[in-house]
Amino acid sequence: MIIKGKKFPGGIHPFYGKEFTQGGATETLPLPDKVIIPLSQHIGAPCKPLVAIGALVKKGELIGETTGTIAAPIHASLSGKVTQVAPSPHPSGNQILSITIESDKQDEWIGDFEEHPDYLNLDPDTTKKIITKAGIVGLGGAAFPTHVKLNPPKDKKIHTLILNGVECEPYLTSDHRLMVEQPQEVIEGLKILTRILGIKKAYIGIEDNKPDALRIMEEAVGREGDRLVETKVVELETKYPQGGEKQLIQAILGLEVPNGGLPMDLGLVVQNVGTAAAVYEAVRFGRPLIDRIITVTGRGVMQPKNLRVRIGTRVEDIINYCGGFAGEPGKVIMGGPMMGPAQFTLDTPVVKGTGGILIFPKEEVSIEESRACIRCAACIEACPVGLLPNMLSVTAEVLNFTEARKYHPLACIECGCCSYVCPSRRPIVHQIRHIKMDLASTKKKVVMV
Amino acid sequence: MVLGIWPHVRTETNVNRIMYTVIATLIPAALAGIYLFGWSAIQVILVSILAALITEAGMQKALKQKITIIDGSAVLTALLLAMTLPPGSPWWMTVLGSFFSIAIGKQIYGGLGYNPFNPALVGRVALLIGFPLQMTTWENIHPFLSGADVTTGATPLGVVQVARLSHKPVPDADTHQFWNMFIGNTMGSLGETSDLLLLLGGVYLLYKHYITWHIPVSMIGTVAAFSGIFWLIDPAHYANPLFHVLSGGLMLGAIFMATDMVTCPNTPKGQLVFGAGCGLLTVIIRMWGGYPEGVSFAILLMNSLTPMIDRYIQPHLYGAK
Repeated sequence: MIIKGKKFPGGIHPFYGKEFTQGGATETLPLPDKVIIPLSQHIGAPCKPLVAIGALVKKGELIGETTGTIAAPIHASLSGKVTQVAPSPHPSGNQILSITIESDKQDEWIGDFEEHPDYLNLDPDTTKKIITKAGIVGLGGAAFPTHVKLNPPKDKKIHTLILNGVECEPYLTSDHRLMVEQPQEVIEGLKILTRILGIKKAYIGIEDNKPDALRIMEEAVGREGDRLVETKVVELETKYPQGGEKQLIQAILGLEVPNGGLPMDLGLVVQNVGTAAAVYEAVRFGRPLIDRIITVTGRGVMQPKNLRVRIGTRVEDIINYCGGFAGEPGKVIMGGPMMGPAQFTLDTPVVKGTGGILIFPKEEVSIEESRACIRCAACIEACPVGLLPNMLSVTAEVLNFTEARKYHPLACIECGCCSYVCPSRRPIVHQIRHIKMDLASTKKKVVMV
Repeated sequence: MVLGIWPHVRTETNVNRIMYTVIATLIPAALAGIYLFGWSAIQVILVSILAALITEAGMQKALKQKITIIDGSAVLTALLLAMTLPPGSPWWMTVLGSFFSIAIGKQIYGGLGYNPFNPALVGRVALLIGFPLQMTTWENIHPFLSGADVTTGATPLGVVQVARLSHKPVPDADTHQFWNMFIGNTMGSLGETSDLLLLLGGVYLLYKHYITWHIPVSMIGTVAAFSGIFWLIDPAHYANPLFHVLSGGLMLGAIFMATDMVTCPNTPKGQLVFGAGCGLLTVIIRMWGGYPEGVSFAILLMNSLTPMIDRYIQPHLYGAK
């Protein structure tokens, strides 16, 4: 039975643009000539390179080793020769130490992986080890290492898993296609995750603009019967940022994650549906995470597609496969239009957290000057966490960070709704990020990724 | 290729669009004023707008700021001011009011967005204090091109005030008079007479979500409730609440001025408090004050409380206990 979700306050209804790709079956990008694999593809400490220039690597080989607990290892996504280990453009806009591998066209795996046809009978610790070694991170965009979420502190009693199939970011349809094309993998991933956590209850949240995904996931859950813990598919209102972890919890359970806390404080673990499928792949076949589904979309690309691509594939190779630019490109965005950073080079690679590549043609890009706040309160109404974005904006504008801190900047989830609705075109969410950076710098602690 | 920061998509609504939409919603009521008072109204509107544009451009040029007169905000302020002035106000007075609105009401604080008080009301109240005679001289209705002579008389609120000050019973209004007040067939400031057309404009602003219902409903509701209590106790000396709701500048004030984004509170709850305060002060001034009408003073006084209301009434923060 599909249950209806509740509402979270605020949010916006931007042009969703999903029609470009929501009906298109996922294709697989042919083997690229080279990949550029950044050593930081997760929240947490960057990895340490394990290979040097000239090294020959095989597909699935470990090339980046973790240096902390909150981190995920990195693997080669094709076989070939390492030609560069140097800082390269990362989707975030920073230069990140990356390993460039040129393909030997053989596309050979590093060897046989240990398969687990009986994956549901493995003990949780073994399963967690496999997930840790496979380098799985949250594929919804935040790229939080998955194994960390599966190892909550002893005093946090986890009772419910929420699978996030919302995909509220406009234009992106990769999670949508995954649920339509590979529902069983999501379900098997759900089984593995609930077993690891030892819990009896799960939800799958999906926005109501994906009726086919809702139906297919519901049927998949129905087929399982008792083999699955009590699982409810929840139909959620199509509203950005419905897929934000906190908003999803609020919409499904009517609960709020305590200020400054995490979902585990409520006994919850939230995972993206793509992450669940990746968990299944890793545990069942023993293979590390070396590819993912992305959406290549927008009016600026000839053939919008959903594509399975290797981690490290350059944007240029992907756009070429999709027929090239349609007209003159205006903006190339890694991710969706709400939270994806714009790129200054087509050499940027796809990383684990990349949900898509959005291309706007030149005529769709306009630059509007920011003006004074007219206190229209549209940002307050749109803010899903109940901030006063206008006050944060005007205090940050004059660099009065002492005053700005009174308005709870750390509660901001950076969804960008405030900037979206602002009639004065103020860069509100970035001004709030500025306040956060100032806070972080005074605490001598780096939180920005 | 362009870089730029996310979000890469923005709503279509911008400041100019908001300003010109509000102007458009005022036009029916302004046209009613022109119909009722002819050239007297046209002259006030045009002089006010022209003076406002010159003032704004002049001040911005003098202060070496970007000239933003095309954003519509100065035109809106000038139109609102004109609509609160008596038709036939002398041109020099209109110019002075318009100058006051823009220079003292707005630009001196830094321009659009920084002003604590509604600029149009700053101009109006300055004139009300400086030129009480001219500001309370009301032309009788002399429809456009009718050739009727321009005579002066008393507005409904003026009649009530005279009765009050002379301790005489308040004249009873009948259904016919209420209807005339509702459609605008009555004397008053040039754009405040037709409650019907002002309401129509307000409905469109609600539909566009440029205003919310909170301030108009709480302000008008408070006026009705508060004046109703006194009317029930002593109908001979206090006017009918319907009279209070339909008369004077209440509709114009409640829909177009108290709701001014820049100067009203930001949260729905804060707006309810603000509207109620405006309503209460309006009735207090009308019943016991020295002026027959209190809407302008009420809104300006509440404007001064807006920062305090916003400080104490804030939205629920997600995850806060």
